Amino acid sequence: MSEKTVKYFLIFVGALFLFTMLILPLTLVAFEAFAKGYDAYIAAISEPFSQKALYLTIEATIIAVVLNTAFGLASAWLLTKYDFSGKTVLGSLIDLPFAISPVVAGLFFIMLFGRLSPFYPILSEYEIAVVFAVPGIILATIFVTFPFITRELVPIMETQGRAEEEAAATMGASGFTIFRKVTLPNIKWGLLYGIILCAARAMGEFGAVSVVSGHIRGKTNTLPLHIEILYNEYNFTASFAVASILVFLAIIILVLRNAVEWRAERSGKYGL
Amino acid sequence: MAYEVELKNINKHFGDFKASDNINFGVKKGRLIGLLGPSGSGKTTVLRMIAGLETPDSGDIFIAGQRVNDITPGKRGIGFVFQNYALFRHMTVWENIAFGLNVKKEDKEVIKKRVAELAELIGLSKFTDRYPMQLSGGQRQRVAFARALAPSPGLLLLDEPFAAIDAKVRKELRSWLRDTIHKLGVTSIFVTHDQDEAVEVADDIIITNKGRVEQAGTPAEIYQKPLTPFVADFIGESVHISDYTIFKGFEEEGEDHPGIIRPEFIDIGIDEKEILMPLSSERGVVKGTYFRGSNVEVEIEVKGVILRGNRSLEKPPLKKGDKVFALIHRIYSFSGGKTAVIENKSKRKEYVII
Repeated sequence: MSEKTVKYFLIFVGALFLFTMLILPLTLVAFEAFAKGYDAYIAAISEPFSQKALYLTIEATIIAVVLNTAFGLASAWLLTKYDFSGKTVLGSLIDLPFAISPVVAGLFFIMLFGRLSPFYPILSEYEIAVVFAVPGIILATIFVTFPFITRELVPIMETQGRAEEEAAATMGASGFTIFRKVTLPNIKWGLLYGIILCAARAMGEFGAVSVVSGHIRGKTNTLPLHIEILYNEYNFTASFAVASILVFLAIIILVLRNAVEWRAERSGKYGL
Repeated sequence: MAYEVELKNINKHFGDFKASDNINFGVKKGRLIGLLGPSGSGKTTVLRMIAGLETPDSGDIFIAGQRVNDITPGKRGIGFVFQNYALFRHMTVWENIAFGLNVKKEDKEVIKKRVAELAELIGLSKFTDRYPMQLSGGQRQRVAFARALAPSPGLLLLDEPFAAIDAKVRKELRSWLRDTIHKLGVTSIFVTHDQDEAVEVADDIIITNKGRVEQAGTPAEIYQKPLTPFVADFIGESVHISDYTIFKGFEEEGEDHPGIIRPEFIDIGIDEKEILMPLSSERGVVKGTYFRGSNVEVEIEVKGVILRGNRSLEKPPLKKGDKVFALIHRIYSFSGGKTAVIENKSKRKEYVII
């Protein structure tokens, strides 16, 4: 086969795969969502439980992204700017949520904060509900998404080294000034990319959240859980309508991701 | 005269590796010092400890008479030029140079004036809007230099300042840097592994090896009177001799007479007329000749030992297998663990006659 044939063959295979695995299902979601007309669609997504699920998803996503950004920056900084024993162990531990099934992660939190936990008497005395409540959902979301930002930042910060920070330090810049003026501008595109990946994963998280949630409608249901419940009730139109919200959010994220990638590439030409 | 920078009994380990082994030296105000040593000799560590980027395990560092061990890098009044420049990549040349002044919250007008002045000094006034990636290696180096100088430090530290620059630009930059530093009169210490660079640029050279200071002095002193075998070997081009007493004019009693001979210590002549003292000369055979641009390096075998000498291009060329006379003027002797310069006996006799 000539180079050209190979090229077009690969393009064909890629396009076919994308069509069957991505385009077709997405179109079907849209079709199903509008199967009973526009009014039914609006009714399904404006129904209070759906609205509540959307808010909870957004709440969990925002909190997870904010905390993971702080954690990701701190851990990437630690892993790249300092030398200490156990550094590789810490690096692997940070990757743990990637390796562990989200369901198992959910069970961790049940064991840690549920009725079987040694802390349970204290928690119940102060009436702190973690499991089967919003805090548990947020914790589970944070857990499954926390490696994203660190993993995005570590390679960037590693190649950049410490010299620029040291240069700023010899000129009398404080730690905060160094971070704001030197480190942050150098990593901003990587950081933004990490945040976007983290947000996308946080919104779609199902496994771990499903275990700790308890599926209380209007209270501890996130969008993915709500979709499942509606689906299990044979309420297909509503289920797909709510699913379309997630798809819509995913498309926004995709656009953002591409914009960031494009900007990062452009600034990369100047080594920014 | 008091020292501008002084290191007293400095020790530093990295794990099991001893980077600094009881380092002591002083640098006088306004001098340009070259810290010279092979890779891993601990020279960069010394520089980084002076800057405060590393902390010594023990010992004291003084800058301008003040003990600075517990003072942060930013308060030591130093400027540091990093090996790969470490320019802020997302800032323009102008912003890079202005950084130190902005950190000190200098007056806007003062900053403007100072940055323009430094851009002029480094000859990059037209490039102040550029980013580091848009500059050549030599230009980046000069920006790094200007940035370090902007807050008017009392001490300038440069880590391998010419290592990442190609050979031709390096030569120009060396003399430019030396002249500029002398013009400004700022006390400076630079680290290098290149002896030519140290000899050419520095007022004084400090030679480090295995975390210790081997010798400190002017380039001429170090070249003419090496105090340790390491220095004699490291500076200049050297051929090791396990026993120099086999050569004419260097006969001595006893054992253990190792030494080194440099190319410039040997005269090589094709016949008796070309050599000053044929009777004191050794006979040798040419093993090879290497064109070195301004002269020819000749490798000869004398009494089973390979020696190297230089020969002027003006003299008749030698070829492999030629029988030649070789007059050895002097030898660095390491006999008994001490270094000494030994002149050829026949030359000493002539002095007596005169």
